[in-house]
Amino acid sequence: MHIIRANQKRFFQLLFLIFILIILVIIPGYVPVYYVSLLLSIFKYTVLTVSWATFCGPTGYISLASAAFLGTGMYVTALIGEKVPLPLVVLFGGLASFLLALLVGLASLRIRGIFFAIFTLGLSEGLRHFINWWEISRVGRQGRWVISAPNTTIFYTMLIILVMTVLASYLIRRSKFGLALRGIGEEEEAANHIGINVNAVKAITFAVTSFWIGATGAIIVTQWSYVDTATAFDVSYSFTPTLMALFGGIGQIYGWVLGSVVFTIITELLLIFPYYYMLIFGSIIISVFLFFPSGLVGVVQKWWKGGLVE
Amino acid sequence: MRICEGEGVTKHFGGLAAVVNVDFHINQGEIVGLIGPNGAGKTTFFNLISGALATTAGVIRFKGENITGLKPHQICKRRVARTFQSVKVFSNMTALENVLLGSLFGASIGTCMPDANAEAMELLEFVGLSAKKGNLAKDLTIANQKRVEVARALATKPELLLLDEVMAGLNPTEVVQVIELIKKIRDKGITVFMIEHVMKAIMEISDRIIVLHHGEKIAEGPPEEIATSQEVIKVYLGK
Repeated sequence: MHIIRANQKRFFQLLFLIFILIILVIIPGYVPVYYVSLLLSIFKYTVLTVSWATFCGPTGYISLASAAFLGTGMYVTALIGEKVPLPLVVLFGGLASFLLALLVGLASLRIRGIFFAIFTLGLSEGLRHFINWWEISRVGRQGRWVISAPNTTIFYTMLIILVMTVLASYLIRRSKFGLALRGIGEEEEAANHIGINVNAVKAITFAVTSFWIGATGAIIVTQWSYVDTATAFDVSYSFTPTLMALFGGIGQIYGWVLGSVVFTIITELLLIFPYYYMLIFGSIIISVFLFFPSGLVGVVQKWWKGGLVE
Repeated sequence: MRICEGEGVTKHFGGLAAVVNVDFHINQGEIVGLIGPNGAGKTTFFNLISGALATTAGVIRFKGENITGLKPHQICKRRVARTFQSVKVFSNMTALENVLLGSLFGASIGTCMPDANAEAMELLEFVGLSAKKGNLAKDLTIANQKRVEVARALATKPELLLLDEVMAGLNPTEVVQVIELIKKIRDKGITVFMIEHVMKAIMEISDRIIVLHHGEKIAEGPPEEIATSQEVIKVYLGK
């Protein structure tokens, strides 16, 4: 009886997801361009947040290097965008981030907690300044023109990346490596002693999740036609995913997605009040953290339970 | 047959010699006790065998293979498992998940989820915790957390199990239960090397006892011999 009900629940969840996916696939033909670009923004932040949280959520390693991976993807497009077909550009953007994350992972395996956070933040900023210096002193320019892709191409590429990211995250969390990541977050030494190669698991997961961020950077930059280091490696790309995941609820994939969607929409709505935007936004974030430490998911669950009691 | 042996095992922390030139061996199927006053270097000695610390000098062999300098996960794959003096369970995971991780990784390669699950359940039953399988490890009593650690270590399928003070902090009834558990583990064919301060217990179940003092091995032999050794009494009680 229990199993049947659980299966039924899963079936409806799957149906719901497919329904949403179908809507997302057909929506660009029916809504104004503004909403398409809002959706793109939501896709971008959802990929960033889900990728970030898949590694950082269970392990407790706070990475502030998302901007580095996103920017790397963007610069890959700037460099090879004209020479290579777009799907390959996106693939290479992802691979570049994958390799960078693997290097960072291997280099920073021994540091934990706040040190890892600062290291990754330093990496992100360091990379920005290095590329800036290189471009100005060696290449003799600041910023680059980028190929531009049609809006629909960008939209559907992002949609594919988003679906892949969520799917990858779901599969990682369900697999034994997902369990191992949680073990590493709880007691790294014990995890190592029961046969988990913690360094390999950490570095590879970090790299796999960074792949999607790089791919996102590679496609999203074609919206702008121009990129420089300040926009590509904008440090807010490192902090926002962290906030979004906490805002939505760090324990669950749907919390991360919910957090990204709601967060992005609130940001957009509050732009109506350019002067009070940050003030209102800050108050909302603080209230959620204060009253619902488990994020929006906590709010929903509380409301859901309350509803059932009545 | 010697399952594990070491020659001249030494560990220095800066100027402090924690373990000095210790030769030892453990025979297959034995229960060997490791005792000594606080700070004698017992846990450090375990850390050297399990790979948590690198030796300063000396060689440790397991089943004839030199395992000195291997990483903890590699040593685990060679079938040496351990528990910790200060309990290191995965607090926010259930008892079952704790043990499951041991089955999924550990010495076995490619255990599928259903098999690992069944195995973990069996081991929880073996240590007497099947009723608590769904409880978070942090909500268990210390005695039960230690059982989880033992089950988790067993899940990695060891041939040598290192138990670091599994009886510390347990009440007399629990101590008796753990003694029974260790005997059951030995009966499974697993060699046990254990650090213990509960003398009654270690004298009862050990086939042989090794005594460390200031990092040096000062005595070794059957429990009766150790209990009457002048040197050991001097170390424990003062002159």
